Amino acid sequence: MSQTIRVRGLEKSYKELKVLRGVDFEVARGSIFALLGSNGAGKTTVVRILSTLLKADAGTGVVNGFDVAAQPAKVRESISLTGQFAAVDEILTGRENLVMVARLRHLKDAGKIADDLLERFSLTDAGARRVATYSGGMRRRLDIAMSLIGNPPVIFLDEPTTGLDPQARLEVWASVRELASQGTTVLLTTQYLDEAEQLADRIAILHEGKIIVNGTLTELKQLLPPAKVEYIEKQPTLEDVFLTLVGADSKDPR
Amino acid sequence: MTTHFFADTGVLLGRSMRHITRSVDTIITTTIMPIMFLLLFVYVFGGAIQTGSDSYVNYLLPGILIMTVASGISYTAYRLFLDMQGGIFERFQSMPIARSSVLWAHVLTSLVANLCSVVVVVLVALLMGFRSSAGLASWLAVAGIVILFTLALTWLAVIPGLTAKTIDGASAFAYPLVFLPFISSAFVPTDGMPGPVRAFAEHQPVTSIVNAIRDLFAQQPVGTGIWVALAWCVGILIVTYAFAMAAYRRKIT
Ligand SMILES: Nc1ncnc2c1ncn2[C@@H]1O[C@H](COP(=O)(O)OP(=O)(O)OP(=O)(O)O)[C@@H](O)[C@H]1O
Ligand SMILES: [Mg+2]
Repeated sequence: MSQTIRVRGLEKSYKELKVLRGVDFEVARGSIFALLGSNGAGKTTVVRILSTLLKADAGTGVVNGFDVAAQPAKVRESISLTGQFAAVDEILTGRENLVMVARLRHLKDAGKIADDLLERFSLTDAGARRVATYSGGMRRRLDIAMSLIGNPPVIFLDEPTTGLDPQARLEVWASVRELASQGTTVLLTTQYLDEAEQLADRIAILHEGKIIVNGTLTELKQLLPPAKVEYIEKQPTLEDVFLTLVGADSKDPR
Repeated sequence: MTTHFFADTGVLLGRSMRHITRSVDTIITTTIMPIMFLLLFVYVFGGAIQTGSDSYVNYLLPGILIMTVASGISYTAYRLFLDMQGGIFERFQSMPIARSSVLWAHVLTSLVANLCSVVVVVLVALLMGFRSSAGLASWLAVAGIVILFTLALTWLAVIPGLTAKTIDGASAFAYPLVFLPFISSAFVPTDGMPGPVRAFAEHQPVTSIVNAIRDLFAQQPVGTGIWVALAWCVGILIVTYAFAMAAYRRKIT
């Protein structure tokens, strides 16, 4: 099978804090994979390792056929990262940010690429303004737009909709779906269960350093018996599944 | 990947130059303190200082230029620190670009910004009566020394820029540098200093750099002094570059 991302036995500790204790998962080409986890579960750590920003202590990560430790340059050519916190240049304008990334990806016609993306993310009017004047949602949209430049085959989105209003959230979801439909492989992390429910082809839950379940939404729902109510059958929501698996005392995993 | 080094550095240089042109105040604030010292020493203390040269501005300017650069480079640490904090650094690191471009763009920007500040200070000194009979070659030699010195200090500034935990930590390292000229031949000749202070003053880099620039401006024979000055600049440059690169490698792996 064409698995674009393969992660095996990934381990990572900060001093004595064991964040990842053997993480395994695979993501099929062109699919959307959601990594769910509470605060501090290690989602960002996984994303940073796969985007070559951090070295794992043990285990392997393969992205688009390249090992993240052995061929980091090849991996970087295959990916784009939208980090948990918007990575935009506040002093430049929105358009200048996009042009800069297009140039750094050595693309021709950086100006046109920038204008197209401004249009697509409804930022055309704000394009000539400094990013420092943008709202959180605009910043996040620009951030994601910057990640799409050059059409990398794999995109990492670390909590892409945190802090967005419902409307902006729907726009981001639409963009993510569009990407996947064009064959881009998307790995996203989220704390919003409905986001995973809405977007992801497969969902994995990261808890105490391991993937405790991994499956499609339907498969995950089958893990819990439908709750019998007197008249109607209530399907468990993903939230029920998550909270049951992770345990009610999941507020502070450590 | 290295084939893109110049193109990538160019793009990133364009970015940080925009930061400078959109906050021209950083160039101005860099020059305020050196200009204050220039005014203070020329018009207040200057009359009481015996330097053996006919014009105290002429005597003082080289040391003030050193001070200008020493205060200007703290902005480099500051800008680098903000990049690291803001996440844009990680974006660059996760992209297929020549990795050292990120640092070189900051270093070249620092060079341009500091040279602008130096020019401002020289213009103020000219207004205050600074005169030099130096020809083009001597001016170029002065420019060369200032550029080398700026590069050496900029690579020094890169270290706290990459490793500091707080914004204050990123720029505080510059304060001792700014005051190094006081214990050198920059303001007063070292002859009158008490023994140990004099020994320090005469063997620290600022004195030899200041003396070399002063001799070039005054059309005096520079002798071996200029080689000592250059050796200091190149020596500091090599050491700070090595440490900065080591810090960078630790950051990105
Ligand atoms: N550089 C670091 N040094 C020490 N500990 C760290 C470092 N980075 C992360 N950690 C710790 O590792 C754990 C996992 O962090 P990580 O950022 O991967 O979690 P996360 O799942 O992304 O959380 P969130 O939902 O809050 O973003 C946390 O306990 C965090 O405090
Ligand atoms: Mg995170």
